[in-house]
Parts: sequence; C-alpha cells; structure tokens
Amino acid sequence: MTAVTFTETGPGRRGDSFLSVQDLHVSFSTEDGVVKAVDGLSFEVEKGTTLGIVGESGSGKSVTNLAILGLHNSEHAEIGGEIWFEDQELVGASRGTLERLRGNRIAMIFQDPLTALSPFHTIGRQIGEVYRKHKGTSKREARDRAIEMLERVGIPNAKVRVDDYPHHFSGGMRQRVMIAMALVCDPALVIADEPTTALDVTVQAQILDLLKDLQDQMGTSIILITHDLGVVAQTAHNVLVMYAGRAVERGTVREVLGTPRHPYTWGLLSSVPRLGSSVDVPLKPVRGTPPSLLNPPPGCRFHPRCDYRNLVGPDLCSTEQPELSPERGHGDACYLTLQQKQEIHTQLMEGR
Amino acid sequence: MQPLLELKGLTKYFPVTGGFIFKRQVGNVHAVDGVDLKVGEGETVGLVGESGCGKSTLGRLAARLYEPTFGKVLYRGQDISTASRRELKPIRPEIQMIFQDPYSSLNPRQTVGAIISGPMEINGINPPGGHEKRVRELLETVGLNPEHYNRFPHEFSGGQRQRIGIARALALNPKLIIADEPVSALDVSIQAQVINLLQELQRDLGIAFLFIAHDLAVVRHFSQRVAVMYLGKVVEVGDRESIYLRPRHPYTHALLSAVPEATVEDEPRQRIRLAGDVPSPINPPTGCRFRTRCWKAQERCAEEAPPLIQLAGNREGHLTACHFPEAPTTSGEDVVLDPALA
Repeated sequence: MTAVTFTETGPGRRGDSFLSVQDLHVSFSTEDGVVKAVDGLSFEVEKGTTLGIVGESGSGKSVTNLAILGLHNSEHAEIGGEIWFEDQELVGASRGTLERLRGNRIAMIFQDPLTALSPFHTIGRQIGEVYRKHKGTSKREARDRAIEMLERVGIPNAKVRVDDYPHHFSGGMRQRVMIAMALVCDPALVIADEPTTALDVTVQAQILDLLKDLQDQMGTSIILITHDLGVVAQTAHNVLVMYAGRAVERGTVREVLGTPRHPYTWGLLSSVPRLGSSVDVPLKPVRGTPPSLLNPPPGCRFHPRCDYRNLVGPDLCSTEQPELSPERGHGDACYLTLQQKQEIHTQLMEGR
Repeated sequence: MQPLLELKGLTKYFPVTGGFIFKRQVGNVHAVDGVDLKVGEGETVGLVGESGCGKSTLGRLAARLYEPTFGKVLYRGQDISTASRRELKPIRPEIQMIFQDPYSSLNPRQTVGAIISGPMEINGINPPGGHEKRVRELLETVGLNPEHYNRFPHEFSGGQRQRIGIARALALNPKLIIADEPVSALDVSIQAQVINLLQELQRDLGIAFLFIAHDLAVVRHFSQRVAVMYLGKVVEVGDRESIYLRPRHPYTHALLSAVPEATVEDEPRQRIRLAGDVPSPINPPTGCRFRTRCWKAQERCAEEAPPLIQLAGNREGHLTACHFPEAPTTSGEDVVLDPALA
C-alpha cells in the first residue's frame, strides 16, 4: 500500500480535476483464489460535472467507488494505485482523515434506501447526526438544517415529517431522504450507486431531475453508477464504460452514446430495445457471458465475446491488454483502427 | 373468434389484518380491481405498470395460482376461476408460467433434468423416447448444452437459469405462457439473449404470451397489444402503435415521457414529472385512481370512475379510461408537478 502523502502535486496528479483515480487495483482474497475486481483503472472527475460509470454486475463499478470512500475492509481487500481528491491521497490515508472526509466532503447515495437508513431513528436525527458530527453544531441547529434539507428535496410538510421513521415513507420519498442526508454538509463529491434502480420509472425521472437540479444549485460533482445507459444519457456529462474491472471506453455522453467505439459499448447499446427502434428486427445481444474475475481471460478481457477480433490480426487481442487511448478526450481500449470502428458502427446503426 | 384467455371483471382483494392476539380484518389490499382483458391464440399481450399496480397478481390469477375475489377467468370459454382440481387438470398443462427470479424459482436440490421433467411426471405424460430425450431436446431449444442434464442450478449463470425456467415452461407444449418480468433480473447483454429466445419460441411454436414487465421499451419490442395498469385497474389498452404513438391516458403519457432513452437528443422530449408516489392500494382514491397525481383532474374525476371505452378517433380495440383524455401524440407541453423541481 502507498504511504500517505500530503504533497500538493503528487506524481499521478494532473490538471485541475479535483478527483483523479490513477491505476487503481482492488483485489479480494477468497477461498477460490484472488479476485481482481478492479484492474488498472484511471479516470478523472471535474468540478461540477457528473461522471456516469456504466457496466454490468461484476464489472467493478461499485468496488471502485467504495475504494474512493475507503470503505473496503483492509483485511480482505488489497488496494493499489492512487486516488487524489482535493490534494489528498486517499489510498492508504488514515482512518481519521477518511472519517473527516466521509459525509462531509464526499457523500454517498445508496441503491436501497430502506436498508441504508436506520429503522430505529427518526430521519431528522439521521440527517442531523452527519451535520453535528462534521460541523459541531447543537441538536437544534442540526434539526433546523434537516428540515431545510428535506424541504429542498421536495418532501412536503417537512417540519412534521422530520420526526417520522423511514418506514413511514414510500420508496421515492426515502430516496429523497437519502439525498438530503448526502447533501447536508454541502459535499464537493457525491457518489450515487444505482440511486434509482429500485424505483419505478416515473419516480426515477423525478429523482434524476432532482439530482441535476441540486447539482446546478450547489455545484456538486457526481459519480453516478448505473447499468442503464438511458439514465446516463439523461444525467451525466461524461461516461466511463467498464467491463470486467477495466475501463473500455471513456468520453462525453455525446461521444460515447453518439459515436461509440468499443465493441462492448456497441453490444450494450444494441441489446436494449428503444421506444423508437424497429420492432421487427431482433435485438443484437452480446454473445456469451461475462468472465469470472478469478481467472480473467488474457489480453483484452472482452475478446472471447467479441465479434470483430478477426479484423485485428493474429492473436493480438488474446495476448496483449489494450489501454485506453488516446489518453485524454474520447478514448477506448480496442485494437481496431478508428476507421474500422466508424464503419462497423455505421453498419450496426442501419436498420435500427 | 373466441379468445384463448378472457378476463372478465377480475378482482382480487387481499385481506389486511390487525390487532393484538385476536387478528381482525381491518381492510383490503385492492390488488386487482375489475380488469377485463383478452388474449387471442398466438398473441402476445404486454402488461405494463409500476410496482404495486397489480400486474403480477393479475398474471397469477390468470394462471389460477390465486382464486379471484370476484370476476371470471375464461380459458377457451370455460370458467377456470372456480374450477375444481379435477376440472383444472386438463387445462393446467396448457397454461405455464415463467418467473422473474431465476435464483428462487428453481429447486437447488434438483438436477436440471429433474426440474424440466417434473411437469411431465406430474401430468403423467410420457413422450416418445422417454423423459430424458425430451429434456435434452428442450435444453437444445432454449440454447443450453444437452450434456448439462445432470447439473444443478447453482452451476449456471442467471441468464442460463432463466433458460432452464423457460425449458420447464415449454415441457408440456403450452398454449399460453404467462411471463412475469422474465428479464428484469438479468444484465442488459443477457436480457437481449432471453428476449430473442422468447420471441423465436413465440414465432416457431405459436404460443400466446401474457408478458408482464415494467420496462416500456422491452414490452413494446415483444408485444402486439399492450395494457397499461395503474393501482389495480387497466387505464389504457390497445395495439402497440396506438399505445406508444397515440396514447390518450395522462398516465400513459407520463410513463412514456419518464423512460430514460440511451440517445443524445437534440430536441428535448416532452417532460412530465408527476408528484409523489403511487397511493396505497389499501385505500385507493375514489373515482379515477390516477386523479391524485394527474394534472388534469377535476371534481368529476373524484366522483365517478371513468369507464374503459374507445374514444372518438381511436383505433378499434384502443380503449382508454379517462374523463379528460390527452391529445393522441407523444409530444406536447411539459408538465412538472413535483414541488422540488418547479
């Protein structure tokens, strides 16, 4: 593990992005062997923007974000690489440092608000607790702040409902409470892990709009983890597509969804039906299943499921791991030439 | 022509009990409340709605896993809602179900062979060549390796398990399959594989489907006709094109506008944001059930429940239950009711 460094500009730190993850590795030892959940992941988040991290289950998207918050159990998880947040290195930072950051500068919104909230305490107390701990205010001030936050996230009659317990709220309202709790200390970064997956579409739309609204007002940066490209299209500025612990494509929403370059991104996009797509054409799924991370395939991790590796030439895909290139802007980890990618994508889009 | 399955005024209330020591019934969950729906032979009917709208209960009623409180389930004209075990026996094999969760719907102690041949044993069906041959055929039909006959469910991934569930449903050559959220527990890349498989089966074997899902795009892709449910009632039903391009019920409009689409649009779509969540089905609103979240609601909506009728200008079979229907288009003015967004 890397030692704690407090230098202003560390070796891996670049530009003015305020969260920078460099070459992150997270692995877990299990009975069956070592699971490399995240393997050499780098990305950056700029101030006031939303980064959508897309991937299927087991792609390492949640593991990455738990690493940012330092929530992995150090007995089981081995973390390597660097995470720079506001001039601090988080990998290997002390417990005290992380505790001062968590809930204060970095907050998290979990997928299932019912299990993330304590059933024994009123929501006012749960929201206020974060505020009291970090700002050192009195109980009364914390309660007033909780009411203010509840009003802000659109809970009607907040003065009364602040004394209710989580089970008094419906699913959508509970997720609003979670958002209020995450934003109570005006964090610089909010990590939302599948915040709307448990919700119905009409409620999901409300919550996504609310997050966008609050971001505009408070200038918070958001990392939005989801498996739904539609959610990303609606809320994020930048997208990172993950597969089996590695990033396969990165760019702005317009770049990645409009002109995707990686075969896996094509697969994701063509396997979901759209409201406007033709109904007579069968969907084009990605064949096969995601690999086991105990023993990931050598080379490009997607190559056993890829339909285009014959175009690349002998064995390159199955022996050498492609890196994201170019390093900045719209990048992808695939050996196909840019022209090939454009041609294949145009072909795929025909008839849809 | 007689429909394969016909639901008439189908209603299911679940009792709610309360009190200490002595349980008394204190109310009812109005899970399904007066639903009429037809499924023709070889037709796929999609049923969409948000959680708690009663779509799964409706599916289970249609398969006679529940007995309805009121109303009838007619299968080829025969009322099966009150039929006895003996009367049901010849009908059971023809109606099969595919469940949502591929993990809990397969017995972990049985091999794949036992799971798939179970329905044949129960119904005393002996296919030519024996059970094992038929199971191997079925495994091949759903895209699994027939050699996996002796494996256990835990050796398979979620998508493969769902295929086992599909093979089990096909074992008795059913005429109607009720698929209750068959793909929502699967990853997107696997979802498409299963949807394509179901579609192939539907085309090749001519099985009618009642396809229950909350994903509007998936339902559109799979179904010829679509019914939209809200709090136990069908609020709009019609052919696919009518529902998705010319919806009339405000709730259908709201649902469609809320679907997140994975495209970068230059023109923003119509934005309808409802306030709050679905009310409790224990004490549903009077009159039109959607009125508490509807932007067009007036006094009349609270007083009388709108009937499910064909509105002027709508296609044959496109029925809407609304006193003040919307224009038949999917673009229109934005409606934002949520106080936090206004």
